[in-house]
Amino acid sequence: MQAARSEADPDPARLLEDLGLGAVAAWKERTGRKAVGHFPVYAPLELIHAQGALPVSLFGGWGQVEIDHADSRLQSFVCSITKSTLELGLTGRLKVLDGMLFTNICDVARNLSGVWTRNFPGSMTEFLHMPQNVESPSARAHLASELRRLSASLERLTGMAYDPAALTESIALYNRGRALLRRLETVREERPWALPASDWYLLLRTGTVVPVEEHVRRLEGAVEAAEASPVRPRDGVRVLLIGSFCEQPPLGLVRQIEEAGCLVVEDDLVLGQRWYTAPVPEEGDPMEALVSAYLGSSKPSAVRHHGAHPRQHHLVERAKALDLDGVLFCSAKFCEPALYDYVLQKDALEAAGIPYLHVEYEEKMSAFEQPRTQVETFVESILFD
Amino acid sequence: MTAKPEFRDAAKDMQKDMLANYYGALATANEDRRPVAYLFIPGNVVELTSALGFLPVYPEINALQCGIKKVAGDLILAAEDKGYSSDVCGYVKNDIGLMLKDRQHPMGKIPKPDLLVCNYSGCNTFIKWFEALSEFYGAPLYLLDIPYVRGDKASPSDVDYVVAQLRELAEVGGKVTGVPYEEAQLSARLERARRAEDLWAEILELATHRPSPFDSYFEAVFYMAPINILRGTEECVEYYRLLLAEMRRRIEEGVGPVPEEKFRVVLEGPPPWPHFRAFWELFKRWGVTAVASTYSKVGGLYDQGIRHDPDRPLESMAEYAINCYTNWNWGMRSGLLKKYVDHYEADALVIHSVKSCRSFSVGQADLREQFMHEHKVPTLMVESDLADPRYFQEAQLRNRIDAFFESLQHQRMVTA
Repeated sequence: MQAARSEADPDPARLLEDLGLGAVAAWKERTGRKAVGHFPVYAPLELIHAQGALPVSLFGGWGQVEIDHADSRLQSFVCSITKSTLELGLTGRLKVLDGMLFTNICDVARNLSGVWTRNFPGSMTEFLHMPQNVESPSARAHLASELRRLSASLERLTGMAYDPAALTESIALYNRGRALLRRLETVREERPWALPASDWYLLLRTGTVVPVEEHVRRLEGAVEAAEASPVRPRDGVRVLLIGSFCEQPPLGLVRQIEEAGCLVVEDDLVLGQRWYTAPVPEEGDPMEALVSAYLGSSKPSAVRHHGAHPRQHHLVERAKALDLDGVLFCSAKFCEPALYDYVLQKDALEAAGIPYLHVEYEEKMSAFEQPRTQVETFVESILFD
Repeated sequence: MTAKPEFRDAAKDMQKDMLANYYGALATANEDRRPVAYLFIPGNVVELTSALGFLPVYPEINALQCGIKKVAGDLILAAEDKGYSSDVCGYVKNDIGLMLKDRQHPMGKIPKPDLLVCNYSGCNTFIKWFEALSEFYGAPLYLLDIPYVRGDKASPSDVDYVVAQLRELAEVGGKVTGVPYEEAQLSARLERARRAEDLWAEILELATHRPSPFDSYFEAVFYMAPINILRGTEECVEYYRLLLAEMRRRIEEGVGPVPEEKFRVVLEGPPPWPHFRAFWELFKRWGVTAVASTYSKVGGLYDQGIRHDPDRPLESMAEYAINCYTNWNWGMRSGLLKKYVDHYEADALVIHSVKSCRSFSVGQADLREQFMHEHKVPTLMVESDLADPRYFQEAQLRNRIDAFFESLQHQRMVTA
């Protein structure tokens, strides 16, 4: 992303290594406003933004956090992101956040919300129950009431009341960002070498801490650079990477996957930044628009039930549409949603004759020889099949 | 305890017969063309599915039976061979293993489902479990979304949401069985459910006696089976009537689960089914009686006043389903545990943390911190699993448990 970065933009990697969220603190200092963190995957970013707060998507410790305190609060069989996020909280490194938001993505995240409430009594902790019965007409009213409840909490925090016009503006702004990401996704489907997965990944992650206005500018530069990129095509096998929707893989692992010969043409990295398959409606009641978008246009992911169209069938359809050579399951150690989905999805891939490989990661992973060898063998098996 | 008094175990014997009959009906259900609905225990809607003509199958009950009967290990391995990770729930793997082995269960053959009712109460894994069964059996799935409790109680919008879904489920289920939904049918079952719930709550309260007439964990987890599985039947009411009479007799006779009650504890977490007896022995040898437990509340918090109500059929079913123990948030769970410690005059809190069930276990270590440091309640936390026999390290558990009660005993001596 060298070409896209202006002088004023901080280096994305350095921005993310700043676990104390210095950029967020600077923003608060500058604006005098509040920041609200959220645990992956989904959060109604537009609503938080519309009520004057900066939404900050947390992604654990970026491999840099020593777990000293969280181990006494969480058992050994809990995923890295839960531990490192709690560790950051317990060591005061998330003090810059005025609130924290959780949803029902899995039992671990759900229960972490309770641990959070008890350990950080001074700050706002909210748990949103997102509908799992997406086909029931009654899910609409329930989700709307959840969003209104969050809106009331945000008002108490920021002093800024809910204003439909402001929410419509926020929706438009986030739609703009997501449309730019969609253009980059298209580039990656068609010419994956024009925007390497590791650069794409950093770009996505940057969007989790910087204000959306700034991120949209950054994305505009990135789109311009990627679409104009004269980079020579690179050989490799076309893969879809799936399983990284919540806890994120180490950057090093993403690099190794590419260097081992994969062209990652689609992925679910930092999924919350591009949650929808279509723009959120900008007409009509904006709260209802968020409800419609969540119920009707959420991308398939392991943290949400998908009614009559199971995710394993969707995966096979994507594999065919993208003319994939294979699927790379890349999931966090102990991540139950990914591990359960894996079984049904690999069965569906087998039935369709599509090769796949499963690699697991942890935040603190620093040696990548083993996954690299696995991926290389996988690539070779496809190339010489 | 010397010779077993004759009043003992009348309820236990009745339960054996009830379960044998239940599994007997399941074994021929598919051949008999009786519609079968699979359900989960927490927040189950068995009164509704029964009113629609379904026989209920509970994969969790099948799994725990396999644990007790020591066949879980092979079934879990069969599921792992299929691709399930060693890091996911042993109940799920046990059930998938059963499916792979032609559903041959130690209690009898388990029928295939005609409808999967995913009453998603307090556990995300339930969704994954029934999504898999839906794929493997090609059976329809109704996802009954039960909101997790936010704040300190269910909101009216939560109840409305669940009620609306129950109406949909009545329609979906009725189409499968051909039996239309009739409120009177449902209410009759709920009336029987309520009577059983009254009796069960009365029984649980008897653990306030010294000595407690029964162990509210090691025995209660068996006594809860009829209300979890066969709620809404007259037989279930009769069972609790018999059990209550037995407990009163035990109190009169001064009989309890241990020869001498030395320590009263509250127990949090599921039992290690594959090593149930061995685990109980580790406590019995110290004269420990559990006077309250949370696992006995996964099927319903009747002791906290939750009741099915024939006059408000769907609303009361919704409130029941929302208020299952693992669907309560941690603030409510820890509040309940503190209430138990006080109400039942317990000496300590014992936490059995299981890897399989993150819904239960994640947050328990924080609970320990809270009980030890804020409430000053001696707290022991031990780890194994509810389904997977490989996680039970007996020597290690014995050391932890011995050290804990030795220290409690010592403290008693010095403060006496």
